[in-house]
Amino acid sequence: MILLGLLDILGPVMVGPSSSHTLGAMRIARFARRFAATMPRKVVFVLHGSFTRTCEGHGTKKALLAGILDLSYDDEKISKSYNLARQNGLKFTFESADLGDVHPNTVRVRFFTDEWHEIEGCSIGGGAIKITKVDEVECELDWKYDTLIVVNRDEPKALMKILNCIDVNIANLYLRRVNLLQQKAVTIIELDGSNYDVEKLRKLDVVLECYFVPKDQFLGSW
Amino acid sequence: MKFSELLELSCRANQPLHEVILIQQMLEDGSDPFETRAKVRFLLHTMLEIVESNYGKRQRALVGLCGNNARLLSKHEPKFVGEFIHAAMVAALSVSEANASMKRIVACPTAGSCGVMHGVVYALSKVTHIEEERLIEGLIVAGAIGDVVARVASVSGAKSGCQAEIGTAAAMASGMMVYALTRDGEKSSHAAAICLKSLMGLVCDPVGGFVEVPCVKRNATAVAVAVSAAEMALSGIKSVIPFDEVVEAMAKVGGSLPEELRETGLGGIAATRTAQSLLRRFMNRGDMNGIVEQ
Repeated sequence: MILLGLLDILGPVMVGPSSSHTLGAMRIARFARRFAATMPRKVVFVLHGSFTRTCEGHGTKKALLAGILDLSYDDEKISKSYNLARQNGLKFTFESADLGDVHPNTVRVRFFTDEWHEIEGCSIGGGAIKITKVDEVECELDWKYDTLIVVNRDEPKALMKILNCIDVNIANLYLRRVNLLQQKAVTIIELDGSNYDVEKLRKLDVVLECYFVPKDQFLGSW
Repeated sequence: MKFSELLELSCRANQPLHEVILIQQMLEDGSDPFETRAKVRFLLHTMLEIVESNYGKRQRALVGLCGNNARLLSKHEPKFVGEFIHAAMVAALSVSEANASMKRIVACPTAGSCGVMHGVVYALSKVTHIEEERLIEGLIVAGAIGDVVARVASVSGAKSGCQAEIGTAAAMASGMMVYALTRDGEKSSHAAAICLKSLMGLVCDPVGGFVEVPCVKRNATAVAVAVSAAEMALSGIKSVIPFDEVVEAMAKVGGSLPEELRETGLGGIAATRTAQSLLRRFMNRGDMNGIVEQ
């Protein structure tokens, strides 16, 4: 006996015209913005498949920019996001590319704050998304959890030290060595709650960088 | 969970269907029924406010294939439909065109089909002057109808064609009307079943893949289907095939639709000569302004 998502079906409140091409695209870009925790100075959107072909008629590009600008999903200023971005000094470009064997609605968001980061995600329908890559680490984040992204030293006991700072249940964990020469790895952790010691985490000798993306208040939100 | 199981629970517990739905939702995700009801109230107010601010207005749609339909219908003195359907159709066109213009809407169940629910909710509130609490209860039942479709079949045009979007929206609207007026869950399920049967097989064939043609007008015609199904259910007419089985059938039809009739913009209306020539001109110029006579 399962019944769920009454409010998902009756909502959400959003800006048209398409939940997958507009809302979903905006959510992927907004994940990047929350990851950056500040307004990036430059952003490059690499559009793939259906996102390339129908982006103008669906306002997909405007929605992507609106996500980087951190607008609300129901803010009508989304349609004016080009101007808003320019007013905010955000440099942006759109490119098209074949990103390979990925979902037709896929976009790669490269953004520069103090350094370049990159996320890739797809809009899988009804506004639902999957973040499929974070800084080259493959993952499957649906943004229903608080997410910690840690760049750490690739050495013994590094993961144990990181997990010692976390007191909540871990929903999913992704770990990958990104550079053997520099001895760097990226750990992505989806958490059931936000009970962890971020200050202690940042001070760990094995932690090089630490980012936190709070879960998205979107489905059935006010 | 099947809709018939919800009806059975309601019957056995001698509790109204909308309350059973709220409790079931609580058992599933721990949500407070009072809070859920408050959120539905918020969505209702948002829908009414969106219709009010767009009613009968001209819109600037992204591609420019629509934008003047709501204005034309609102100025037209209806000859064959009554006040209720006319108001609901104008509201449906207004909100669908607003959606195509990147304005704020409630995606119910999806953005492309949102006009149907906005339209019927508005007419119930403005023409029938139905009490707000009854409308909220109707919306809760509509949510459960849509939820059953989303689980058993799909509410995505890309997956199951427009029957899954407009068809579901109309079934929800039809069930909502009947429930708001009668609080009779059984009758609501007949309305939803009759309605979905009438829109079954509907293909998703947007010109260029954009949510403008034929989507906007389908939102308005679906209102009339929803209202006529509700009228039949109110008279005591039953759907011989129960709602749950209609949804299962819809899922099978959706699965057997060829790829080009599932939001790819390759078949149906999107493949007509006119659609193709409009699209070529759009690709050359970036918009349709001045191309399509509004």
